[in-house]
Amino acid sequence: MSSITPADVPADTATGAKGGDGGAPRRPGRVSLGGVSLNLRSSGIYIAFALIIALFSVLTDGALLQPQNISNIIVQNSYVLILAIGMILVIIAGHIDLSVGSVVAVTGALAAVLMVNMGVAWPLALLITLVAGALIGAWQGYWIAYFGIPAFIVTLAGMLLFRALTLTVLGNQGIGPFPDQVRTLANGFTNGYLGNVGLGPLGGADLFSLLIGLVAIAGMVVAQLRSRNARKGYGQSVEPMALFALKMTAGAGLILFLVVQLARFKNLPWVLVLLAVLVLGYSMLAGRTVFGRQIYAIGGNLQAAVMSGVKVKSVVFWIFVNMGVLSAIAGIIFAGRLNQAGPTAGNSFELDAIAAAFIGGAAVQGGVGKVAGAITGGLIMAVINNGMSLIGSPSERVMLVKGAVLLAAVAFDVWTKRRAGGTR
Amino acid sequence: MTEHILRMVGITKTFPGVKALQDVNLSVRRGEIHAICGENGAGKSTLMKVLSGVYPHGTYEGEIVFEGERVEFGSIRDSEHAGIVIIHQELALSPQLSIAENIFLGNERAKRGIIDWNRTNYEAAELMKRVGLRENPTTPIFDIGVGKQQLVEIAKALSKEVKLLILDEPTAALNDDDSAHLLDLLRGLREEGITCVIISHKLNEVTAIADAVTIIRDGRTIETLDMAADDVTEDRIISGMVGRALDNRFPPHESSIGEEVLRIEDWTVHSPSQPGRKVVDGAGLTVRRGEIVGLAGLMGAGRTELAMSVFGRTYGVNISGKIFKDGKPIVIRNVQDAIRHGIAYATEDRKRYGLNLIDDIKRNISAAGLKGLASRGWVNENEEYKVAEGFHRSMNIKAPTVNSVVGKLSGGNQQKVVLSKWILTEPDVLILDEPTRGIDVGAKYEIYTIINRLADQGKAVLVISSELPELLGLCDRIYTLSEGRITGEVAREDATQERLMYLMTKGQEKLS
Repeated sequence: MSSITPADVPADTATGAKGGDGGAPRRPGRVSLGGVSLNLRSSGIYIAFALIIALFSVLTDGALLQPQNISNIIVQNSYVLILAIGMILVIIAGHIDLSVGSVVAVTGALAAVLMVNMGVAWPLALLITLVAGALIGAWQGYWIAYFGIPAFIVTLAGMLLFRALTLTVLGNQGIGPFPDQVRTLANGFTNGYLGNVGLGPLGGADLFSLLIGLVAIAGMVVAQLRSRNARKGYGQSVEPMALFALKMTAGAGLILFLVVQLARFKNLPWVLVLLAVLVLGYSMLAGRTVFGRQIYAIGGNLQAAVMSGVKVKSVVFWIFVNMGVLSAIAGIIFAGRLNQAGPTAGNSFELDAIAAAFIGGAAVQGGVGKVAGAITGGLIMAVINNGMSLIGSPSERVMLVKGAVLLAAVAFDVWTKRRAGGTR
Repeated sequence: MTEHILRMVGITKTFPGVKALQDVNLSVRRGEIHAICGENGAGKSTLMKVLSGVYPHGTYEGEIVFEGERVEFGSIRDSEHAGIVIIHQELALSPQLSIAENIFLGNERAKRGIIDWNRTNYEAAELMKRVGLRENPTTPIFDIGVGKQQLVEIAKALSKEVKLLILDEPTAALNDDDSAHLLDLLRGLREEGITCVIISHKLNEVTAIADAVTIIRDGRTIETLDMAADDVTEDRIISGMVGRALDNRFPPHESSIGEEVLRIEDWTVHSPSQPGRKVVDGAGLTVRRGEIVGLAGLMGAGRTELAMSVFGRTYGVNISGKIFKDGKPIVIRNVQDAIRHGIAYATEDRKRYGLNLIDDIKRNISAAGLKGLASRGWVNENEEYKVAEGFHRSMNIKAPTVNSVVGKLSGGNQQKVVLSKWILTEPDVLILDEPTRGIDVGAKYEIYTIINRLADQGKAVLVISSELPELLGLCDRIYTLSEGRITGEVAREDATQERLMYLMTKGQEKLS
């Protein structure tokens, strides 16, 4: 099939009429800056993120971007970010998952029972917990995909069911402490395998972390260059070299800044490493695999997906299985960080994950969204949380601002769509 | 006896790019049953939407005189207020509410906002008696059949003191008994002095019940026949409905026909919403390599239902029958099976079933054949781009790049994207359902050229179309479908519009 060339298709159908319309109309929602066109709808989120960071840097006199604080933001929000990765896939497919907070609790409790009460070796215990997460996802996926109950109802029931299960297992108290390895994964940092280097006025920093950062930058540049060359080889238009170089420099600068700051504090948090792997992996899954494409197809037009031979039920089922596994990972990390599994673990995590996805540009009707967007949405909320607590805002005000940001993000999305003369 | 309750004069209605109605005149005498006949897409429904205010005054040209006065309806409410009620083919009832609640929906029997249930149910029962509906007024709508639901619609119309009742294809979804009952009821309403306008494809019903017939073709009034004076037969109506000029809108084509590719035998499909009703009834057809076969039928004949039920059972329940591919029996349980067996179906409803409107051209083109562009689950996006770019050029899809969003394209270009999508799956059989619906003339010619090309490549093509000239200009052989049954098979050289329309409007039993 991949041997299809344009020669297989009618070649001279253009001979007939010259009439019809000439080209698509200009696309609104796009601004043009010095010849560089920018899609506001898809890049607005990153601009907003940058503005919010700048705002809080000023308000906190730079405390926001201090090494320790950056580390805190990542570690404290890692579980919501992991959930947001799964949630964005669920939302792209046009569904929702309200149960993830309770699944975080029940998988954390299971891990604790296995490791603490039953003394199961930690690698095996983690594996069993992940499988349990998958089974929970399969349970919900069955009712949604094959039985045909709306995801809202199934996962609302799941929210209650799995919270009840947590309470049954734990009673009213937490179980802990966890083995050191699990705590390190959730809360710890890479070792200073290679010692420290001096960075002049910035002081000492961990060499291993810096090297990882350089490897990441090199990997990014090489991958992007190869993809650019491949596209050129296929005769596609690519952005001018200058712009490409500018983008790469900006990306490298960002990674370098993050890594240097972290290296100056306590090296790389393990959850950041895990998160980076997940973000990379799921971005590729969503954008470049058949499975990922089918998720977008289902959310974009369910009927058309069915009529194009997409196995809709199976795809939806696996999306929820995946959500269950990611919830279990988040559950382990959350319990490990607190060093105990508690009955109220994961309360309202589902709302944070859903908000992250929508702030990150997902569409309410489905079919639209990116993993990177959901992560950015989650980070926007994390920065607001962190920045506002640094300047001493009371928690009710933080909640107020987060609510307003969510509403504004979706309102912006709807507005750009309407301005673009939305197709539905 | 020449008093007219309604006169529509010089009605012209234009949509962007299309003149749907051009200088249409319609005069309906008080107390008669007036039928409107015409092919699919002739403009009957548009005319009724103009009359009932769905297209408000100011969006059309011409004037409407009702009860001797010039009227300018701004909405359906206005026309209902004047006493004009339209009952659409798709009934507008709320299935969970009772018969009585539906009859008085939007017109509730209430005092100061509080519903008077006794009065509601009593008056509903009176109205139900008038239309011959023997049910409890409190029975929910989903509990009664379509025939009775039709009666509820009429009772609802009567509750609004209707003077002119418009019925759009009222018997299309009904069985023979229900149809007969409905026609009796219309005669009864005529006795009561209610004027009816009925849009119908069933010419035997028209000749049986109507006092006058207005024929519309291509958005123009062709003629109005007085049934009593002119002794009008079904054939007389058919010759008015068709008789469209055949011009050189079709690229010349000689088919080289090979062996049989697809054969369907004794194919029966039941309606999912009305169990027991056969939408397709024992249909059979064959398509051969390199051949373009037409499937003609009026609205509701079961054309799309036949195609979709074959294409992976995407329509219908209790499907029975046999499918042979290259002479061997095959089983198609779902769309994946159909694609695997080399069958493609390009839908008549592009926006609903054909395209992901929020995604771009290249991803829409690859939607059905994505596995062929992937290895071990990974999509080769460069290959995808290349293939899409190939279609972009060869199909002459008018868009700046294949990254353009499909929802912004014109109908003709969207159709080219749909065809590209299915050609990419390398099918042996292409079922094209209304391939030129909503497409301008220039793009139609391009689509015809593409279809001819596909046949020349040895593919078997089955074209479903409401436009008889299109089938005559394109097809080597044409099947006619009427009420779910194949009523005829006509070779290209024997096919005329009159012959096809005759077969499309007859039940099979009347043929033999």
